[in-house]
Amino acid sequence: MGVYSRYARRYARLVTMPTTAPTAARALADVTASDSTLRRFLHGLPGVDAVGLEARAASLGTRSIKTTAKAYAIDLAISMVDLTTLEGADTPGKVRALGAKAVHPDPTDRSTPATAAVCVYPDMVAVAKEAVAGSDVKVASVATAFPAGRAPIAVKLADVREAVAAGADEIDMVIDRGAFLAGKYLKVYDEITAVKEACGTSARLKVIFETGELSTYDNIRRASWLGMLAGADFIKTSTGKVAVNATPANTLLMLEAVRDFRAQTGVQVGVKPAGGIRTSKDAIKFLVLVNETVGEDWLDNHWFRFGASSLLNDLLMQRQKLATGRYSGPDYVTVD
Amino acid sequence: MSDMTRLTVFKTYKLYVGGKFPRSESGRVYEVIDSKGNWLANAPLSSRKDARDAVVAARKAFGGWAGNTAYLRGQILYRVAEMLEGRREQFVREVADAEGLSKSKASAQVDAAIDRWVWYAGWTDKISQVVGGGNPVAGPFFNLSTPEPTGVVAVLAPQESSFLGLVSVIAPVIATGNTAVVIASEKSPLPALSLGEVLATSDLPGGVVNILSGRTAEIATPLAAHQDVNAIDLTGADEVLAKELEIAAADNLKRLLRPQPVDNPVNWAADPGTHRLTAFLETKTVWHPTGSLGASGSSY
Repeated sequence: MGVYSRYARRYARLVTMPTTAPTAARALADVTASDSTLRRFLHGLPGVDAVGLEARAASLGTRSIKTTAKAYAIDLAISMVDLTTLEGADTPGKVRALGAKAVHPDPTDRSTPATAAVCVYPDMVAVAKEAVAGSDVKVASVATAFPAGRAPIAVKLADVREAVAAGADEIDMVIDRGAFLAGKYLKVYDEITAVKEACGTSARLKVIFETGELSTYDNIRRASWLGMLAGADFIKTSTGKVAVNATPANTLLMLEAVRDFRAQTGVQVGVKPAGGIRTSKDAIKFLVLVNETVGEDWLDNHWFRFGASSLLNDLLMQRQKLATGRYSGPDYVTVD
Repeated sequence: MSDMTRLTVFKTYKLYVGGKFPRSESGRVYEVIDSKGNWLANAPLSSRKDARDAVVAARKAFGGWAGNTAYLRGQILYRVAEMLEGRREQFVREVADAEGLSKSKASAQVDAAIDRWVWYAGWTDKISQVVGGGNPVAGPFFNLSTPEPTGVVAVLAPQESSFLGLVSVIAPVIATGNTAVVIASEKSPLPALSLGEVLATSDLPGGVVNILSGRTAEIATPLAAHQDVNAIDLTGADEVLAKELEIAAADNLKRLLRPQPVDNPVNWAADPGTHRLTAFLETKTVWHPTGSLGASGSSY
């Protein structure tokens, strides 16, 4: 509520006091009326206390999660994994293997939950779809000239439509970081809304900001709001293709953004940290961040995901350790 | 100033894991005493998580170490001997304290340990000729057997011989390309922890040898059950513990070395032979067809 009233005071000129969610959404629609109103709104967002943010993320990372809580966290984390392969060398065989693994991550223990989705390039969507057929595992496809996003808008939209037509349940788009950094916020906004439209009603849209390229925490907060205003179903940290990917600090910042956005508009948006999360310990740290920042509403694979590939093996080894009491090894999980 | 008494700088003994010198993850230490019961130093009391971290480090180092040429491994082992020679005095003191030996007897132990590194350094590029080779087979094939390292070996160092015995169990394991997680003698771990400092400055890649100190039974139990450990050397385990560990190790068919007879103290000064080298080797056999390739007359 505190955050809510702070924003309300600050943007009293721009937004009318919302009484119900739809009113608020309509009120925020004024924000995107022109480039200048959008800029005024995004630059009016409170600045990020970088030291405080990192200290908070680090202190939450020291929580000790053991025994039954750990078992719960590991199963939850497995169910949140977007099992990803985004290589130039992806073959249909590799994607099929990945799909099989997503459905039954540990064939020796059928009580292991399935992962949330497999994440592939658009041309592999049909293969992936076939591989996970009959299960609840979704197929996510990156699109919009992933990972750079440097292509004409027509090409990006065609990319999205192809993926949706092939059966993708989720689209992971990249924003035009060049336009964002140049301050052309409305261009980025329009692009996201166009992609959202191309997704139609069948596919959920994840918007990747590539936080490692946005330079500052303030920019990450602005991008988060911009993405959510434009209709993102999920906001996602990174492509996994640059040096700095998901960190606890930038994920915490995005979690705060979705929390504040829901408080203001009533619309819930998911968060997906991606890249660089390799160990169960890391994954559990992120789950602590989720629980402490946005609460249990987000502790579900409909609202929180991990974009990862090697993470799953570590989760499975930890799971085997908890089940048997023996340390497991890489010989007992698949080589991806 | 000159009449002020200088305070001694005590050494903090630390573990050697992955080429680094961490304290125990548990933060625990235990008191190490000499043969007369006087306090010598505090040593880290490793937990099962230290053992797990050591296995991860050893696994990571395995590919590179096993992939090195035998010749290079020999050079590095020889380098360990060179480095030890330079710190001879320190080890003589530590061994004398640990085992209650006179200075001359401790010197003899350290000299023998240095010579043991040289002995095994020489064996690295010769063992494959001794245990491998061409096999005569009844068919048109070349049949060649070559020894390959087993993988990550957990080594329970002998409890009594804190340095010569220690070197005698580590050197043969790494000479053939394995990597080792070593549990130092529970009662006298200090020479082992100091050996870590020597290994770190001998061109030995980090993680090839990892040295833990603490309660042998506490650290060995998770190692024996660990699915990513390929072999275990039970030299430092007593009868009861060895049996337990052997049962746990059977689960993933670990290769096992259990010296017999356990009640008879091993004479570490004696010629070690090659049995410790061959204990942690696997034999790879390749069948290669011979004969002519069709009408051209050329052959493999």
